[in-house]
Amino acid sequence: MDLPRYHRLTAPYYRLEGQRCAACDAVQFPPRTSCGACRGADLKPYRFSGRGTVYSFAEVSQPPRGFVGPYVVALVELEEGVRVTAQLTDISAEEVEIGLPVEMVTRRLQEKGPHGYLVYGYKFRPCLERSAARRAS
Amino acid sequence: MKDVFIIGAAQTPVGEHWGLGLRELGATAIRAALADAGLEAGTDRIDALFVGNMLGGAVNGQENLGALLADAAGLLPIEAWKVEAACASGGAAVRAAALAVASGAQDVAVAVGIEKMTDTVSDRLAAGLASASDGDFEASHGLSFTALSALLMRRYMHETGASREDFAPFAVNAHASAAKNANAMFREPISVEDFLRSPLVAAPIGILDAAPVCDGAAAVVLCSREALAAHHRPIRIAASAAATDTIGLAGRGDLLTLGAARSSAEKAFAASGFGPKDIHFFEAHDAFTIITALSLEACGFAPRGEALKRAAHGCFAVGGCVPLSTCGGLKGRGHPVGASGTYQIVEATAQLRGAAGANQVPGARVALTQSIGGHGSIAVTHVLEG
Ligand SMILES: [Zn+2]
Repeated sequence: MDLPRYHRLTAPYYRLEGQRCAACDAVQFPPRTSCGACRGADLKPYRFSGRGTVYSFAEVSQPPRGFVGPYVVALVELEEGVRVTAQLTDISAEEVEIGLPVEMVTRRLQEKGPHGYLVYGYKFRPCLERSAARRAS
Repeated sequence: MKDVFIIGAAQTPVGEHWGLGLRELGATAIRAALADAGLEAGTDRIDALFVGNMLGGAVNGQENLGALLADAAGLLPIEAWKVEAACASGGAAVRAAALAVASGAQDVAVAVGIEKMTDTVSDRLAAGLASASDGDFEASHGLSFTALSALLMRRYMHETGASREDFAPFAVNAHASAAKNANAMFREPISVEDFLRSPLVAAPIGILDAAPVCDGAAAVVLCSREALAAHHRPIRIAASAAATDTIGLAGRGDLLTLGAARSSAEKAFAASGFGPKDIHFFEAHDAFTIITALSLEACGFAPRGEALKRAAHGCFAVGGCVPLSTCGGLKGRGHPVGASGTYQIVEATAQLRGAAGANQVPGARVALTQSIGGHGSIAVTHVLEG
């Protein structure tokens, strides 16, 4: 990813920052220039909690250039009702199921090579409380 | 708007054309379509060329395909440019040509769909294909083209209770038709057992759920009623429609309703006066079996979540209520991405002329074609009448 583009994306990538509409209260991710619900333009930054559940998932074994597979990707439904597409981490494809509670973490998304910079952003991992409970049982 | 007719249609065989580049493939299809219409480049009046292509820049390092192919086909100084709508580019090029003629601005327009996918290595091709998705919020997170389809398929299976096997009829049907099509990439039928044994590429998607990487070009010549000649066998474009949906899957209210496919189909049915029950065969965008199912539901051939049940009853096979992918579809004939939408129109034209040979649908008079890009973010739908 080119640096200006990465810079533009740091709020959503680092903080899972979307928007809340002043007119209708709807929240959305990623940020847009108008509200997806009412098309209003008065939008305030809104930071999502980062907690949600797996809505669907897939394993990528033949990754596009710039990525090293295999890894698991998912549609995550955030507790605010909005969906986000992301990689899952700290879990294998065999352990994932639809409905699994997950939480956002900041991880490396892309590596630019020895002279470049690293691209960080959100991924989702199984909720720690749940993982701990599973280990205990 | 004026009536628009298809008077010429041609295709190159679909496959791995190591010896042919963009210009040779494109010019071959254009010249063959003109010959089919009884027209000659440089002699007869041809007003414009619209080139449907997705990956020229990303994979071949070649843009400006309008000039490239106008030059290669001997059509200079014709008006020509590229139309890009991801995997729907081939359908969009036909629509652009149809609009040009329908508006009265042009009398004879050519649309060519072309893709040359085998010139590069797989990770560069995967990155090129992924550029049809949301660059900031899908592709930059490592979502491949296949993985996005897998997200749709996994959720569909979860909501409907479908198994992988339930998707088999689409692939089996496509290969059965492709086996009889000399231009198809795959000439061997497959069984349900073959389908189930095929390796997974992005679970739950197996290799036999997915259309192959390949090269190909297909072209049609369109004209107004005034430009029709006695020797033509015209097929009327009864409707041409396009629509869009969110670029990312995450933004869709109902993930399993392809909004652009549904909206463009509704517009095409309204404009043509035909409905799903009037359609004699359907050239669907069967790039993945899940997309076939969602396209069938979006076009009204099955309620939401019911396409696989109807497929299990043979509804979409040869001799069924709505034969699907009658010349092999994207799955069996092959999916040169930006060309596939034009292949659909060329094959439908052959069917409506009664010239589809071993693949002929008896008595076919009304056809539906649907070309889908970016996992449903764009769709182009045509109704053709013979
Ligand atoms: Zn609003």
